[in-house]
Amino acid sequence: MQQSTSHLFHDNVRHAVNDDNLRVSLETMKTGFRFKRLAAIDRLPEFEDLREEGKALKDHVLAHLDLYLEAFEKKVIEQGGMVHWCANAAEAQQVVLDICRSVGARTVTKGKSMISEEIGLNDYLEKNGVQPIETDLGEYIIQLRHEAPSHIIAPAIHVRKEMVADAFRATHTHRPADRDLSEPRSLLDEAREELRDKFLAADVGITGANMLIAETGTSVIVTNEGNGDLTQLLPKVHVVLASLEKVVPTLNDASTVLRLLARSATGQEASTYVTFSSGPRRADDLDGPEQYHVILLDNGRSKMLGSEFQDMLRCIRCGACMNHCPVYGAIGGHAYGWVYPGPMGSVLTPALIGIENAAPLPNASTLCGRCESVCPMKIPLPRMLRAWREQEFERHLTPPRAVWALKVHTALASRLRLYRWATRLGAWALRIWGGRRGSFDHIPFAQDWTDSRTMAAPQYGRTFMDLYANRPNAHITNKER
Amino acid sequence: MSTSRNSILEGIRRSSGVGRPGTPSESERQQTVQARLNDTPVGIVPQRAEDDKGCLARFKEMVLASAASLAEVPNWAAVPEAVVSFLKERNLPMVLTTSLDPRLAALQDHGLLTVRRGVALPQDLIGVVTAVGGVAETGSLVLTSGPDAPTSLNFLPDIHIICVQAVDVAGGFETVWARLRAQDSMPRTVNLITGPSRTGDIEQTILMGAHGPRQVHVIVVNDGA
Repeated sequence: MQQSTSHLFHDNVRHAVNDDNLRVSLETMKTGFRFKRLAAIDRLPEFEDLREEGKALKDHVLAHLDLYLEAFEKKVIEQGGMVHWCANAAEAQQVVLDICRSVGARTVTKGKSMISEEIGLNDYLEKNGVQPIETDLGEYIIQLRHEAPSHIIAPAIHVRKEMVADAFRATHTHRPADRDLSEPRSLLDEAREELRDKFLAADVGITGANMLIAETGTSVIVTNEGNGDLTQLLPKVHVVLASLEKVVPTLNDASTVLRLLARSATGQEASTYVTFSSGPRRADDLDGPEQYHVILLDNGRSKMLGSEFQDMLRCIRCGACMNHCPVYGAIGGHAYGWVYPGPMGSVLTPALIGIENAAPLPNASTLCGRCESVCPMKIPLPRMLRAWREQEFERHLTPPRAVWALKVHTALASRLRLYRWATRLGAWALRIWGGRRGSFDHIPFAQDWTDSRTMAAPQYGRTFMDLYANRPNAHITNKER
Repeated sequence: MSTSRNSILEGIRRSSGVGRPGTPSESERQQTVQARLNDTPVGIVPQRAEDDKGCLARFKEMVLASAASLAEVPNWAAVPEAVVSFLKERNLPMVLTTSLDPRLAALQDHGLLTVRRGVALPQDLIGVVTAVGGVAETGSLVLTSGPDAPTSLNFLPDIHIICVQAVDVAGGFETVWARLRAQDSMPRTVNLITGPSRTGDIEQTILMGAHGPRQVHVIVVNDGA
């Protein structure tokens, strides 16, 4: 499984907010993805109804997941493909390696796959003498930089073009050193040329799957670059990495998901390439892989069924929640410390690697609700973040200072007179502390709040309740007080 | 990993509470699933797929919106001339690789064109293929693999010329699926292609020609005959 640094969230964040390159990149993201999504949805009056339909579809699938997976498997086998059920990351790694070894594979090309990230496949293959080559441009860039993706659909969103140029110069050393790599166009053209040879030479092609279709035994990939297609078409063997919940019943159901996915992700009417693959090449086909394998990965998902986190399994990995999250927008994806960032990651990561390894993540949210409002599958992300916070508290994973503060607050808040008295005292003390400036840069026990910002002292040194009770005309509307 | 297969399936049933009192019985669940797989119910199809504007007009509008170019010809016999004029306008070489679709055979007879038929080779610059359908809703072309249609032609050449019969243009995806179901089996590969290859992976700048074709040219053949 991919190593996690989620438990170091606070350190990760400190690093992230001081990264100027990251800040610029995230600003571009906010204007890019958000506006495009909005414009695409404005063009489709049925979008809201489609969200309801998508949600109902996924709920139906989750209620019959065992049966749809069995139906899918049956169809794949009928068409000459193979299905490998893997309970965890280690099993999936082993199956992929065995397949690679069975054909003597030296290099494998890879389409973009979050499951591959989840099971830490690249490191594993490399250790065992098989060279993995990422072919999605963003994934290629971060592979050269030895980094993890920072966004589920735009993995290199944190990388600026100068950094891409540096990575290319360091890797493509057979090219003239003085070539111009100042523009995205020249960078793209160079990557295209470099990767073309890799596509042609690879022995195995590994892709993810946006969906599996039970009706036809089909895996579906959605891409804009065409890299996934060259990956699964040219080598002798096509391996599909998919998690259990990716299955949908029929081609018609897949269409519903497609209508939601492209618009929510990139604001496109349709992604450039949506490819449906069913089994290996047929006897009279002119090209295509000779072997077709689907890896069905559980890795903790079956345990989410029937739990308060089941709704998370409706996720179609569009990235809209992170594109709209104020926290993601400030810290980027790496700070979350594992494979899935943003609101969906803060819910999914604790479910897959354990809340004890991911405790700070559910707190990386203001619970503003934007993620749920843009989620095409209407996943109640804020509710589930709260549920994780409760579990964190119950399992004594909350930092002692926060527990202590909450206890004091509870004791006060449940005694009204005491509470009023204490807040008056507090407001008065802060007023004095603020002095003539009316603000302060330091509060005892709360330096996290004042380290990065100046706090205003309560105006007039009085509490909100006092100001409210004594506002002009208070007697007219509030006689009973 | 058949042991994992059974334990995963059992785990799913246990977690979702299958068999618990008050839940649907195993046979009811089977029936529900079989019914959905057999009946393939159609959900919401956006109105724009089928509205008064008409399928074909909407299709052409959406093809152009996808950054592809478009030409129309009266019949298959006019396709070679349309291909030649497209290549001339862009100052491209007159050397093609085409699929084995017999409707494209006339390209070989055109004096200006050098034509090879079959799978794409790495050095191929221009590929000409036929689509089994179009989708008006998004301006997508539907291409299937088969004995006369190699998939490599859809991805390796820089320039992708796709011919589609006007009568094969449908409103929404579901119509196309119904046609595929009517065949014996699902083709190995079904490609929905909407415009040229692109990427936004460098600073979110959208650029055409990532790994697949840099240009897509759609030729609508108005007469199916």
